[in-house]
Amino acid sequence: MPDQLLFAIEVTLNGLMAGVLYALVALGFVLIYKASGIFNYAQGVMALFAALTLVGIMEGQVPFSHLINAIFGTEIHHFGWHVPALAAIILTIAVMVVFAWLVQVLIFRHLVNQEPILLFMATIGLAYFLEGFGDLMWGSDIKKLDVGLPQGINGWIDQTTFDAFGYGFFIDNLDISATIVAIILVAGLIIFSQYTKQGRALRAVADDHQAALSVGISLNFIWVLVWSVAGFVALVAGIMWGAKSGVQFSLSLIALKALPVLMLGGFTSIPGAIVGGLIIGVGEKLFEFLIGPMVGGATENWFAYVLALLFLVFRPQGLFGEKIIERV
Amino acid sequence: MKKILTASLVALMAAGPAMADLVFPSLSYRTGPYGANGIPFADGYADYFTLLNERDGGIGGVPARVLECETGYNTEKGVECYESTKGEGALVYQPLSTGITYQLIPKATADGIPVHSMGYGRTSAKNGQVFRNIFNYPANYWDGASHAVNHVLDLNGGDVSGKKIALVYHNSAYGKEPIRTLEELSKKHGYELMLVPVDHPGQEQKSQWLQIRQQRPDYVFMWGWGVMNQVAIQEASNIRFNMENFIGIWWSGSENDVLPAGDGANGYKALTFHNLGKDYPLYDDLQKYVVDAGKAAGAGDQLGTALYNRGMYAAMLAAEAAKTAQEIHGTADITAAMMRDGMEALEMTEAKMEALGLPKFGPEFTVSCENHGGNGLGAVAQWDASAGAWSLITEYGPSDQDVIGALVAEDSAAFAAENNIEPGCS
Repeated sequence: MPDQLLFAIEVTLNGLMAGVLYALVALGFVLIYKASGIFNYAQGVMALFAALTLVGIMEGQVPFSHLINAIFGTEIHHFGWHVPALAAIILTIAVMVVFAWLVQVLIFRHLVNQEPILLFMATIGLAYFLEGFGDLMWGSDIKKLDVGLPQGINGWIDQTTFDAFGYGFFIDNLDISATIVAIILVAGLIIFSQYTKQGRALRAVADDHQAALSVGISLNFIWVLVWSVAGFVALVAGIMWGAKSGVQFSLSLIALKALPVLMLGGFTSIPGAIVGGLIIGVGEKLFEFLIGPMVGGATENWFAYVLALLFLVFRPQGLFGEKIIERV
Repeated sequence: MKKILTASLVALMAAGPAMADLVFPSLSYRTGPYGANGIPFADGYADYFTLLNERDGGIGGVPARVLECETGYNTEKGVECYESTKGEGALVYQPLSTGITYQLIPKATADGIPVHSMGYGRTSAKNGQVFRNIFNYPANYWDGASHAVNHVLDLNGGDVSGKKIALVYHNSAYGKEPIRTLEELSKKHGYELMLVPVDHPGQEQKSQWLQIRQQRPDYVFMWGWGVMNQVAIQEASNIRFNMENFIGIWWSGSENDVLPAGDGANGYKALTFHNLGKDYPLYDDLQKYVVDAGKAAGAGDQLGTALYNRGMYAAMLAAEAAKTAQEIHGTADITAAMMRDGMEALEMTEAKMEALGLPKFGPEFTVSCENHGGNGLGAVAQWDASAGAWSLITEYGPSDQDVIGALVAEDSAAFAAENNIEPGCS
C-alpha cells in the first residue's frame, strides 16, 4: 500500500478517536438542552470543576486552603492522605449532584417560564462564577491527573499493522479507553432513559413540560437529575481531557470543540452527539492531512465549523435534531 | 490637642521633602487559562522588591512599591492597566505579553516611560536608536531560534546539513516570530525546516504529531504557550519521540509544562536566559525576610521554579537599572525618564550578580543606546523527571548576530519609516 494511503488510514482512525472525545463534551450539552431547553454555556467549566475536584480529593488537598490560610494565618494545604481513584470518582459524583441541586435551587427554580435567552445568560454567569469558585477552592496550578488509564502508543496495534503493511499505526491507549468509556456511557444513558422510571420521566419532561407536570412529574427533581447526569458526563470528559493536558483552567475551553459537533448532530440527540463527533473528528483530521499543507496548516479549528455549517445548509436542525415546526 | 497636632504636622513638613516611592507596575495575570504561569512570575517580581524593602530599606533608601494590575493575559485589559497606573509615577512596565507590548510601544514612547519586554515582545526593539523606550535584554525570540540551532549544531559536530528540523508553533504572531530566523539559518546551515502550526489553545494536537511521526524530523523546536506546551510534550512522549531532540523556547520550559506528562517528559529541553533552582544565597534572604516573615506575594511555595525565577530576575534587573539611574542623576528619587537612562546604561557583570547573591544566575551583558537587547546570550536546560528539576546543560552561548543583526536592522528600519522616526542616539 502506498505510504500516503497508509497515513490517511492512520489519520482517519485517529480522527474517529478524537471525535469520541469531542462527543463526550457534546453529550453534556445535549442532556441539559433536551430536558430543559437550556443551552448550558457552563458545560466546559463543569468539566473543569469536576476534574479539579477529582484531583483535589485524590491528592487530599484542603479545599479553600489559600483562603483559610490568608484569614487565619495557618499553613494547611493537605490532609496528608491519598484517596484511591475509584473512591475519589464516587465522591466527585456526589459533589456534582450537590452542585446540580444548588444550581436548581438557587438559579433555575427562579427562572421557570423565562425566555431561553435569559436562561442562557444565567448559564454564562454560572460559568464565570464556577471558574472563580474552582480557582478559590482548589488553586490555579496545573495538576497531573492519573486515574490509572493507560497512555501512549498501543504497542499491539503498532506491531500488527507494521507486520501487515510495513508501517505501524499510532493509536493512543487513552483514546481507546475514551472510546470504551463513551460506549459504556451512551449505553448506560440509553438504558437509563428507556428502562427506568426516572428516565421515562426525564423523556416526558423533554417532550412536553406542561404535560409532564400534569401527570405529577416533579420538574424540579427532573432538572436536578439531568444536571447531575450532565455533571457526571462532565466528569468523564474532564478525566479524559485532563489526562492529556493536566487539569488546568484551559480545560473549560473544550466546550469550543463541542459546538460544531452540536451544530452537526443536533442539540437534542444523544446518537447525534456521537455521530456528529465522529464526523467532525474525521473531517477535520483528514482536511488537515490532505489540504492543510497547501494552506499553511492549523485548519482544524475553523474547518470543524465550516463542516458543521455545510450540514446545516441541508439540515438546519442538525443530522438527528428535532425538526422545528411552528404552526400559525 | 489641636496645638499638638498642628506642631506635629509642621515638624513633619520641616523635616525635608518626602521621598516618593519607586513605583514598579506589575501587569500580572493570576486568573484565566494562563494564570498558572502568571502567578509564579508575579510572585517572583513582587517578592524581590519586598526583599529590597525589608532588608535594604528600598533602592537607594527609597522604598519600592509594586503596583499590581490584573490583565488576565488580555491585551485590552493590559492597556487599561497601563492607562490606570501610569499616573502613579510608574518607572518601567513589564507587559508580560507580546500583544500588550505591541500596544504599549507607541503609548509608552509618547509618555516617556520605559518598557522591558524580557524574552518576548517586538524583537527588533533591540535597536534602541528606533525603539528608544523599549528594551528586551538579555535575549529575544530570534536569539532563541539561533540558540536552538546552535545547540543542534553542537550535537552534530557543527554540521546539520540534510537534517530535518520541525517547528511546532502557536499559530499567532508570537509563535511565528522565529520562522524568518530559522529560514535564514536553514539557508546558512543546510537543514530542512518543517513548519507545524497549532491553533489556539492547542488542546488537540493529534494531527500535528501524526505529521511529525510520519515525516520523522530529527529535531523538534517548540514555540508554545499555556496548554499547548503540556499537550505537545505529552503527544511527543506518546509517539515516542526522542525527548532529547525536543527543544522548547523559554516560554515552553516551566515545571507546569513537563509535570503533567510525568516520566514521559524526561530529557525534554528548553532554552533559558537565566538559571534555575534556588541554590543561591539570595534565596536564603528571600526565605528569611519575605516568606518566613509572612510577606510573600503568594504561598511561598514557588521559589526556585522557572517562572518564579524569571519574575525575580526581571525585578532584579529593574532594581539594578534603577540603581544605575540613581547614580547617573545623583538622586534617589528618580523619574521614568531617568529610569530609561539607567536601563540604557545597565551593565550586568558576574561580580555584580555575585554581590547580589546570584552567582552565575544570568548571562553577563551590557545595554547601550544602539543595543537595547543585551548580548543575546542563552543556554539550554534539561528536565530530569525523576529529580523533578531543570538543570542547565550548556554554558550561556551567543546567538548568530550575523543573521539576527541584519533582520533587526531591516525590521526596525521598516518601523522607523512607518512611524516617521529618525533613528539615532540623542
